Amino acid sequence: MSRPTAIVLAAPGTNRDHDVSYALQLAGAAPRIVLLAELVADPGVLRQAQMLVLAGGFSYADALGAGRMWSLELSHGIGDALTGFVAEGKPVIGICNGFQVLTGTGLLPGALGHNASGHFQCEWVRLDAPAGHCIWTHDLDPFECPIAHGEGRYVHSDPAALAAAGQVALRYAGRNPNGSVDDIAGVCDPTGVVLGLMPHPENHVIHRQTARRGMQPSPGLGLALFERGVRYAQER
Amino acid sequence: MASGVRLTIRSKGADPRSAGLVADAHALGLTSVTAIDVADIVFFESELPAVHRAELEAVLVHPLLQEATWDVPAHGIETALLPGVTDPAAAAVELAMQTVGLPSVGVATGKHFDVLGHLSTTELASIARRLLANQVIERWALAPIDAHFIDADATADVTVDHVPIRALDDDALQALSRERGLSLDLAELQAIAVHYRGVGREPTDVELETLAQTWSEHCSHKTFRALITTETGDAITPLLRQLRDTTDAIDAPFVRSSFVGNAGIVSYVAGTTIAVKAETHNHPSAIEPFGGSNTGVGGVIRDVMGAAHHPIAITDILCFGPTDLAADDLPEGVLHPRLVESGVIAGVADYGNKIGLPTVAGAVLYDPGYVANPLVYAGCIGVAAETAPLPGPQPGDLVVVIGGRTGRDGLRGATFSSATMDATTGDVAGASVQIGDPIIEKLVIDAMAECHGLYTAVTDCGAGGLSSAVGEMAEGVGADVDVTLAPLKYPGLRPWEIWLSEAQERMVFAVPPAKWQAMHDVCARHGVEATSLGTFTGDGVLRVRAGEVTVLELDTGFLHDGRPQRSMTAQLPTPRRGDADAPVCADPAATLLALLAHPNIASKERVIRRYDHEIRGATVVRPLVGAERDGHADGVVLAAPADEHGLAIGIGVNPWFGLADAEYMARAVVDEAIRNVVAVGADPDRVVLLDNFSWGDPRRPSTLGELVMAVQGCCEAAAAHAAPFVSGKDSLNNEYLGSDGQRHAVPPTLVITAIAHVPQAAHAVTPDLKLPGSVLVQVGDTRVEFAGSHYELLHGDTHGVVPAPVDAAPARYRGLHEALRSGRVLSCHDLSEGGLAVALAEMAIAGRLGVLIDQLPHRDPTAALFSESNARFVCELMPDDLAWFIDCVGEPITVLGEVTGAEFQMPGWSVPLEQLRLAFAGGPE
Repeated sequence: MSRPTAIVLAAPGTNRDHDVSYALQLAGAAPRIVLLAELVADPGVLRQAQMLVLAGGFSYADALGAGRMWSLELSHGIGDALTGFVAEGKPVIGICNGFQVLTGTGLLPGALGHNASGHFQCEWVRLDAPAGHCIWTHDLDPFECPIAHGEGRYVHSDPAALAAAGQVALRYAGRNPNGSVDDIAGVCDPTGVVLGLMPHPENHVIHRQTARRGMQPSPGLGLALFERGVRYAQER
Repeated sequence: MASGVRLTIRSKGADPRSAGLVADAHALGLTSVTAIDVADIVFFESELPAVHRAELEAVLVHPLLQEATWDVPAHGIETALLPGVTDPAAAAVELAMQTVGLPSVGVATGKHFDVLGHLSTTELASIARRLLANQVIERWALAPIDAHFIDADATADVTVDHVPIRALDDDALQALSRERGLSLDLAELQAIAVHYRGVGREPTDVELETLAQTWSEHCSHKTFRALITTETGDAITPLLRQLRDTTDAIDAPFVRSSFVGNAGIVSYVAGTTIAVKAETHNHPSAIEPFGGSNTGVGGVIRDVMGAAHHPIAITDILCFGPTDLAADDLPEGVLHPRLVESGVIAGVADYGNKIGLPTVAGAVLYDPGYVANPLVYAGCIGVAAETAPLPGPQPGDLVVVIGGRTGRDGLRGATFSSATMDATTGDVAGASVQIGDPIIEKLVIDAMAECHGLYTAVTDCGAGGLSSAVGEMAEGVGADVDVTLAPLKYPGLRPWEIWLSEAQERMVFAVPPAKWQAMHDVCARHGVEATSLGTFTGDGVLRVRAGEVTVLELDTGFLHDGRPQRSMTAQLPTPRRGDADAPVCADPAATLLALLAHPNIASKERVIRRYDHEIRGATVVRPLVGAERDGHADGVVLAAPADEHGLAIGIGVNPWFGLADAEYMARAVVDEAIRNVVAVGADPDRVVLLDNFSWGDPRRPSTLGELVMAVQGCCEAAAAHAAPFVSGKDSLNNEYLGSDGQRHAVPPTLVITAIAHVPQAAHAVTPDLKLPGSVLVQVGDTRVEFAGSHYELLHGDTHGVVPAPVDAAPARYRGLHEALRSGRVLSCHDLSEGGLAVALAEMAIAGRLGVLIDQLPHRDPTAALFSESNARFVCELMPDDLAWFIDCVGEPITVLGEVTGAEFQMPGWSVPLEQLRLAFAGGPE
């Protein structure tokens, strides 16, 4: 099957665009890093792609709040193209800063506030995928990967309704690192094709990246999540 | 603010900054503070119609997270940036207004604080002054504060002064140096006066400042190049020469470039080179901890970029005063170590995390000697495809500056960092503080990745700014530049200010005219400003103009070689050496717990977790390892996901050895850095070293004598291990002139960074215990060596000796490497601070497993447990592998015992594992 084209969108200050490109490559996609300014200049580029990925980082230094400037640029620059992409049912994923941006544009519900600790945290977490209809996490086994963020505390006014709607895509298992409501690590849109998550599955795609050396490799790789998205893009 | 408006934005629920501020206030002795609420202020220069206000609120205030008011508060303390200080938040607001189509208006930002608790006006002012406002970059006032806006209409100022120097006598020359903060000594001033008598005119202010920067200790390493004579009249080879000679003698085939350019360059794998560099940013961090460490990280990353390499990782070594220092013991004009620590760590985290590089290896040390002079070392590693070396600027090439804009930030940083600090330093050195913008530097990295082949030379703008970058590149070639072409943050800078500014995130390139358009286009695509300031000429003269007015004309020969060599006198120390008696430890269990809780040994998890060490997915051995990922690794291993091989980074530092025996300290810390990389799986025959000295004033003969012996120790150690030094940096004059009239110098602090090749990253090893029933061995022998040990820091002087170098170490490391490379060694840990007892405890804590030790490696149990002899490791092995391991590594090897469940059992005493963990983690005993 041919590799679906995945646009990895990079804004000034995104910095995990190469990491997520590597993960997409392993998962069977053909990733291409595109600068936000280039996409704004030619939104038609988006139409050629099968997947859209918003990478992690500190777009615009997170001035005014994490992802705030990037979501403004997106909404004002390619708002229509983005809405059209989602309406076509093409998979979209926003990781870390990308998640913050997707909530800022209104494509995903809720918001991300400062961690309860008050500062940036880099540590490994275990994630569970609750039953739901997110195409990225449906039937996904628990897996481990790092978090690396200062503003990852998920806030939502009615998390129970979100869960009932099947939009809670990932939960922190065991320790909730940042005070997110209902242990929520990732949410999807009502259609299940747009996923936003704070952790970095792209940093656990080969066993050598496992958190503990010299022991049996941990079973769940973050790669599985990307494989689901790629397969969906191939099969839809 | 006559006509403007302001929006005050606060978090719904607790602001994350509040808790830290309260804790800091308590640490300063202001215990009646109960809460400090924080809000952000955005100032607009003119009145805004209601519809614009509503649009701005929609952009700036997230309804789920924040609430905001346009009302002006009547109470509280407010801070705003001083004029000329970069305000990135304001720039973001302006960009947002532009994006949503609002008309342009001047913007500034500030903070609002409500301090709660029973506080007098004096106490409130004290909190504002010492905690809320960093007066180096901010001012404070009772609410409402007035904001300063950038004066966009200020006119360019091309004023150039001539400074009469030719007729000055010695006293007047020294007075001039003091007045202008030149930090030049008499011989240097005389050389300048003689030079201008020959030229037949007075120097311009631009020329004088350029000479002061170029000839500063920071830029020209006067001490490391000085003619040194001992008090008995023996001549000593200049220190830098000794280090270079040592590297030349080792003649390692993997060294591509050492001690020239911005970084050392090495190739362990055909087709790929790595650039390595470590720097200090001590003085700036002392007065503005966040900005100081922030730009220290940014600066060392640019060093690697200036070597035309792509940065892949950052290191940091931090030295602070005790964070529990009583407020009364704080010298005048000095920030409390607690504030220095939190600011420095936040500064490192901010730059590294935002630029997207893993901050991987480091150390945090605490000692009373660092109260007034904290030390901040930052290192960077980069990679590049191996290419022919850049040819250097050719006549006709353009002088191109790319990246950040130039402002008044960081003026005279190099001369400032070469001076002694005193109580007023924070006030007068305000302009020396640079402000970092990691996003700009990230964009410059991205642009540079696409600029291969478009330039003939590159260097970064560091200390001395354009004067030093262009001045160095123009050496022998000459250049003609117009400083008024440089993009400015705001108008009104004088020519010398533009030329000397240390504004961050700028790189200078020599670009052939035929390549300029291509380079410009790449930069534009990444949103990076690129400007041609002039040309490299070929006449050997450095010429700087402000438009048509020549403001500097200097022969590059005089600029770079005209400084008279300094002559200095060293008084060599006579350290205690030889045999010593071991102290008697009455309660080894209590000593072990106290060692684990000692700030130098205790867990650094709270620091390390503030840094992203996962980005790039290449951190194979992380700084935190083990069952619960809370043990310290010896070194880190980096390997790109697609690569089989990797790099190990290890750090060696021990100022307490340095106080007792500078030469053996150097030998020990080189050994430690190499031990650390070998312990994680690196090849001991493929190691390079960086040296970074932070020392007191070398004009004091005893201080210089210690430096001489430390350099000698470095050279001996490098030769013994065939591990060449490829780059180094010295930061001298780390002294504080107290109001008591006494000079307080930092302890001799040599940081050695080892960067080594790991042939198989998949076989990298960590120190956490893995398997109950496995066997524990000590590699290497223990001697009675307690001077400078952490046992001594706890229990007082033992009249001991500093650990002596071990001749057998290189062969031992080769044997151990063969064993580790086989993949059969379960865990490996080097022995350093706290000796065997601490090493075993760290392995047990990290693996959440116990030990049963029935044999010690020395007949004296205190020496066996706590002596800090060099060249030792503990390894965990499958029982069947013991004979093979001994055969591989060679004697001396002591079979210590085995790995068990939850008890730390030593001969004659034991401690529950959980108790050790709590001591290490800083919990209750």
